[in-house]
Amino acid sequence: MFTLKELKKSFLIALWFMFLTFPIMVIRVNTVEQTIDWRWNRLVMVGVFSFFVSWLWRYLLQRKEMGQKRAEESESPTLTFQQRVLQNPKFTRPALVVICIFAVIFPFYFSMYQVNIMTTALIYVILGLGLNIVVGLAGLLDLGYVAFYAVGAYSYALLNVHFGMGFWACLPIGAGLAMLFGIVLGFPVLRLRGDYLAIVTLGFGEIIRLILENWNAFSFGPSGIANIPRPGFFGIKMSIHQSLIYIYFIMVAMVIFTIFVVRRLQDSRIGRAWIALREDEVACQATGIDKTKTKLSAFALGATWAGMGGVVFAAKTTFINPASFTIWESIMILCIVVLGGMGSIVGVIFGAGILILLPEYLRAFSEYRMLMFAAALVLMMVFRPHGIISAVRRTYQFEGSPGEKASS
Amino acid sequence: MDYFLELFLGGLTRGSIYALIALGYTMVYGIIELINFAHGEIYMIGAFTALIVISVLTMLGWNQLAILAIATLAAIVWSSAYGFTAEKVAYKPLRNAPRLSPLISAIGVSLFLQNYVLLAQTSDFLPFPNLIPEFKFLEPLGGIVRSTEIVIYVVTAIVLVILTVLIKFTKLGKAMRATAQDRDMAMLVGVNVDRVISFTFIVGSATAALGGVLIASHIGQINFYIGFIAGIKAFVAAVLGGIGSMPGAVLGSLVLGWTESFFTGYISSDYEDVFAFLFLVLILIFRPSGILGRANTDKV
Amino acid sequence: MESVLDIKQLTMDFGGLRALDHIDLDVKAGEIAALIGPNGAGKTTFFNCVTGIYKPTEGDMFISPPGKERERINGLKPNQVTEKGMARTFQNIRLFQNMTVLENVMMGRHCRMRAGIPGAILRNRATREEEQRVVEDSYAILKKIGLAQFVNEFAKNLPYGAQRRLEIARAMATEPFLLLLDEPAAGMNNQETKELDELILRIRSEENISILLIEHDMKLVMSLSDRIFVMDYGRKIAQGTPEEIKNNPAVIKAYLGEDIDA
Repeated sequence: MFTLKELKKSFLIALWFMFLTFPIMVIRVNTVEQTIDWRWNRLVMVGVFSFFVSWLWRYLLQRKEMGQKRAEESESPTLTFQQRVLQNPKFTRPALVVICIFAVIFPFYFSMYQVNIMTTALIYVILGLGLNIVVGLAGLLDLGYVAFYAVGAYSYALLNVHFGMGFWACLPIGAGLAMLFGIVLGFPVLRLRGDYLAIVTLGFGEIIRLILENWNAFSFGPSGIANIPRPGFFGIKMSIHQSLIYIYFIMVAMVIFTIFVVRRLQDSRIGRAWIALREDEVACQATGIDKTKTKLSAFALGATWAGMGGVVFAAKTTFINPASFTIWESIMILCIVVLGGMGSIVGVIFGAGILILLPEYLRAFSEYRMLMFAAALVLMMVFRPHGIISAVRRTYQFEGSPGEKASS
Repeated sequence: MDYFLELFLGGLTRGSIYALIALGYTMVYGIIELINFAHGEIYMIGAFTALIVISVLTMLGWNQLAILAIATLAAIVWSSAYGFTAEKVAYKPLRNAPRLSPLISAIGVSLFLQNYVLLAQTSDFLPFPNLIPEFKFLEPLGGIVRSTEIVIYVVTAIVLVILTVLIKFTKLGKAMRATAQDRDMAMLVGVNVDRVISFTFIVGSATAALGGVLIASHIGQINFYIGFIAGIKAFVAAVLGGIGSMPGAVLGSLVLGWTESFFTGYISSDYEDVFAFLFLVLILIFRPSGILGRANTDKV
Repeated sequence: MESVLDIKQLTMDFGGLRALDHIDLDVKAGEIAALIGPNGAGKTTFFNCVTGIYKPTEGDMFISPPGKERERINGLKPNQVTEKGMARTFQNIRLFQNMTVLENVMMGRHCRMRAGIPGAILRNRATREEEQRVVEDSYAILKKIGLAQFVNEFAKNLPYGAQRRLEIARAMATEPFLLLLDEPAAGMNNQETKELDELILRIRSEENISILLIEHDMKLVMSLSDRIFVMDYGRKIAQGTPEEIKNNPAVIKAYLGEDIDA
């Protein structure tokens, strides 16, 4: 990698990037004062940066290809470091205990601001786990997931405004309505192929947002709905501080519930059907699995979770408007699933953590946040398409069989 | 009648605008089955590059027509370069990856380019001067359609003709069609698939850049976010007409343009964007291959 | 003897191309029948029509599962066809690559299970017992086919011959009365083909499953089949016992071309 040839290549690439970014990076036109800024130092930065990055890039690509070759040639699949760690109970048990303790004492030792962020992250965990059923398990690319999130949020808000219904009553209703939407929206589109499904769902998401924005009589338009009440606790009056902590614990409970349900689903008849569907749709049908029902169930279940998340979101922020439910939300949630690890619960939680918590704690770089996030997307896809933590298949033990060998 | 004509021509303008961007989308999808989310950003970069060149040359006091020509050329050169680079960096390594990966990568590129321009330039709306010359003989039509718009129609038509000739009658075009149909087979018969794909991206980006200059001139201002909306609409148009088909992209763009124009003109302008998406959804449900597309049957 | 599969005048047009031209074919209970013919004759298209992947232009397809009424299966979706008791394998292996060998076979049991989403979440006793049975049944099938040693391996890591047999195992898990095998011996060496021969005979005799196979390996076809159907250019050009087919001039012509001296 340190040969002259490689250095020359990197040099040429650096020159190319300097050329490429020349107009936009270097020249800043000030139309008000009629002057032109020539920022040559930026050009130098680009040159140096791309020199090193291109070198590093090719090195990593080479390593990735060698790793792939080794994996293809070996007889039995080897577990990655993370997978081995996560499967080892000597690690997972104490880790779980630590996490539980931390989760319980967290809101009492950290500021309200921190609790708020953590609660947001937990909402995204639920959204990620829900979308994981659709994208990670069943392999259906849904780019309009935010629509169901909106259904949940607006159900609570509107039911509250018109009928004075409270949080706990609206939670199941919001989830149910979202499920209904999932079935209704899913039915006509689930026979479409991958990319087309993605675009149609994206279209649906946008249509719902635009309707919410324009149908003022129904949804109160772009100004949204305010003064949505927080969840009550047997009618006890709570300060904002206490309310936030209460909501935090509600979310923790929901996350535990969601993880429980998703784990059960993954390892069941329907869960396997989803994975088979993702693997090979034609073979799936030939093996006797009803493709439409299976797809619909994934879609509807995913929608249900988004609905639940939406209700909590409305209760937490007490104000919702269509601007919270754009395509970018859907994309964010999709990135949580894809970057964290498709089909893997721990991966999704990890992904939500990184995508939500990290930007908050890296506020210093906030300007470059989106830029780095975007770069991270591309880098992950090129170098680690299965996500940070990839899913593991279950193994079974039989008498007299080599069941000890934990293959994944 | 005048109103109808106005709406008709307005729709034609919209359609041509969408077409210039949709062509790039459809070409790339046709050849590597990737929805290049970043294509709208390529269009936006073309517009920005043109503006920068225009500003510099204006300050140097050059002749208007010359500025327009050089700016357009610059836009085309740099947009093609960005498109080419994006393909090499973010899409080529993922050519054999499952469907989802290049899609997410494209989303990443799109986001990256948006923020890149935002940070390197500004978030403000920048005014874009219209340097397209007014043609004397078109003046009588001035009431209904501006000179700029007629230039847009003509350029779109010329671009379509050039691209069709390219695809149908040149060796490179044949290589493109072969790669689109069966990439492995094309490789086996000696087509340099990498080069063909790069070329496709370059042509698509160039078309979008040309569109960028024309549209910016017509609308009068640009901003780092214009790529996103234009990209989505153009993509809808491409799918409408049958993704992978170039005449389809133009047809879909015209249909979308006219529908939007007449809908907002006669019924209401609030739900304008909904229309595009509604159209998209309905077409994909009832005729996924689009107006001119061919139904795709999987080999079992 | 009743025919478990009865196809009458099956015709399939793709636009202007007639891939199947009024084919008549039947498979009797307990029989091993073969469908042979040069490449492009329409054999896989035939399978695809029968299993509901394509909708035939004309023709009627009937099945008579043992102990049940004769039934017309036109218009059924592929998963419904499998539920009725006809399972198939594919010309190009279509396993669930990222699932284990055992799970692939368990997928075959899907249509014979009842558990739904509530059962999955609650894991009540009925669901748990069903899961247990499915795991055991699948393992038993793997033992019968001779793949038990791969039980927890990913399907994609299996050697080629084992992958082909896994597809058959998965098909058998659906409890079919008729097995449609599309070129099961493709790419196999002599030893593997011999084992396949024994496997298919065992399936017929031990599981009481009738078999219709598409094959190019003539030795296998001649040794296994009770009856052979020959197709060429979408039409049936001959049918009969292996002896009759071996000496049939039309068949010879289809495979080897016209004898220039004749």
